[in-house]
Amino acid sequence: MADVNAKGVLTAPIFKNNPIALQILGICSALAVTTSMSVSLVMALAVIFVTAFSNLFVSLIRNHIPSSIRIIVQMTIIASLVIVVDQILKAYAYEMSKQLSVFVGLIITNCIVMGRAEGFAMSNTPGMSFLDGIGNGLGYGFVLMVVGFFRELLGSGSVFGFTVLPTVQDGGWYVGNGLLLLPPSAFFIIGLLIWVLRSLNPEQVEENEFKMKENTQPKEAV
Amino acid sequence: MAQGNNSIKKVLIVAFSLCIVCSVIVSTAAVALRPMQQLNQELDRKTNILNVAKLYEPGMDVEETFNEKITARVVDMESGDYTDQFDPDTFNSFEAARDPATGRTLSGDKDIAGLSRVENYSTVYLIGNENDPDQIVLPIRGQGLWGLMRGFLAVEGDGNTIVSITYYEHSETPGLGAEVNNPRWQSQWEGKKIYDEEGNLSPEIHLTKGGASSKYEVDALSGATLTSNGVTNMLQFWLSEEAFGPYLAKFRSGTSPEDANDTDTNFADVEGA
Repeated sequence: MADVNAKGVLTAPIFKNNPIALQILGICSALAVTTSMSVSLVMALAVIFVTAFSNLFVSLIRNHIPSSIRIIVQMTIIASLVIVVDQILKAYAYEMSKQLSVFVGLIITNCIVMGRAEGFAMSNTPGMSFLDGIGNGLGYGFVLMVVGFFRELLGSGSVFGFTVLPTVQDGGWYVGNGLLLLPPSAFFIIGLLIWVLRSLNPEQVEENEFKMKENTQPKEAV
Repeated sequence: MAQGNNSIKKVLIVAFSLCIVCSVIVSTAAVALRPMQQLNQELDRKTNILNVAKLYEPGMDVEETFNEKITARVVDMESGDYTDQFDPDTFNSFEAARDPATGRTLSGDKDIAGLSRVENYSTVYLIGNENDPDQIVLPIRGQGLWGLMRGFLAVEGDGNTIVSITYYEHSETPGLGAEVNNPRWQSQWEGKKIYDEEGNLSPEIHLTKGGASSKYEVDALSGATLTSNGVTNMLQFWLSEEAFGPYLAKFRSGTSPEDANDTDTNFADVEGA
């Protein structure tokens, strides 16, 4: 990244360089926590907080981190922040932390956090790193909210817990799509989202790494 | 990056000071927030008890209502009487199950709920008059499809009629097994009977597929056979003579459980564990 400016750092990861849609990082938690929008929102906020501050702290001490133990140093900082977030959620948003359960703890292993610490914060100033963390967190949050919206709407017929399509279980007419409540459905939605984003920004489409050969004819195989 | 950063001395200094700083931050957060967290857990438990007893309304003062209407007692499940050996507010069923003095290992054929160990004493919550309660809330737990499910069952004062059931901790599939907490499904439980009229100690209540047709049957969860089996199994276990059977039998026969004052066993040391 040659030119680093505040606006670019903050907004590029949302559409142009989205960590989930373009870099395909942090997929696991995006599958797990997106059954409802409110849970997705809290998860997104937690990740924004962790990426921003881990970037900030890593960047602050970047000139003192021995390269031989830099990954462990980054992990320690990230893990500490995640534990703090987890404790805060348990104290102030107990219901939410029960729903997120283990996935808050798993932010530690979220590749986005680690990737930004290693890829950006280690070589940029604290201020820029902080913004970059927020930007990437927002990019992650954006995908989470989109996926969460479709999964909650079509799976449980509600948005942020408010009923939009009354389901059969609650005496309405809408038969919820069970698949959308299960993690695999997020793959489809993320896939469709990547398709949309790449159609809008054709430069995101990757070069083929290799060209597939024509189908082998039976007589060639012998 | 400066070369000097990679000297052994520098590596040790950085690693050590980072660990100190991080551990201070983490432990400060953990210690400072613990009272809040415990309060939340306590409140959550009380809300669930009020909820299963149908006393809960959004926005109410949970603490006040709980203290006003509910009495917690510890039951000796073998005899079915109350015991004063434990303080109901601090008695922990999960720890009691692990402790050899207060719990026991279940043999394979008896362990239908998949618990492996079970406590001999359990906290129950009485609603209304302590000696002639309107409702009794019993803690239940057992294996569902994906893991342990923990919840409460509220029974009327006759020891036989179900008021409601709720799960406060489970990991069942959203939309399928997790519908155990759907209010519409829960509402079916109201008025169902646990035991048959002949005074059998083994419970009749179970979930059934294709529509409940008797007062001992509740509709199973559609698309969640294994969760439904888990619910049936845990009810069969906790309401059997292995657990709350003897206690509830006293209510059914009209002799309320006694305040046992057996002083021959002293569990003072167990309590502190």
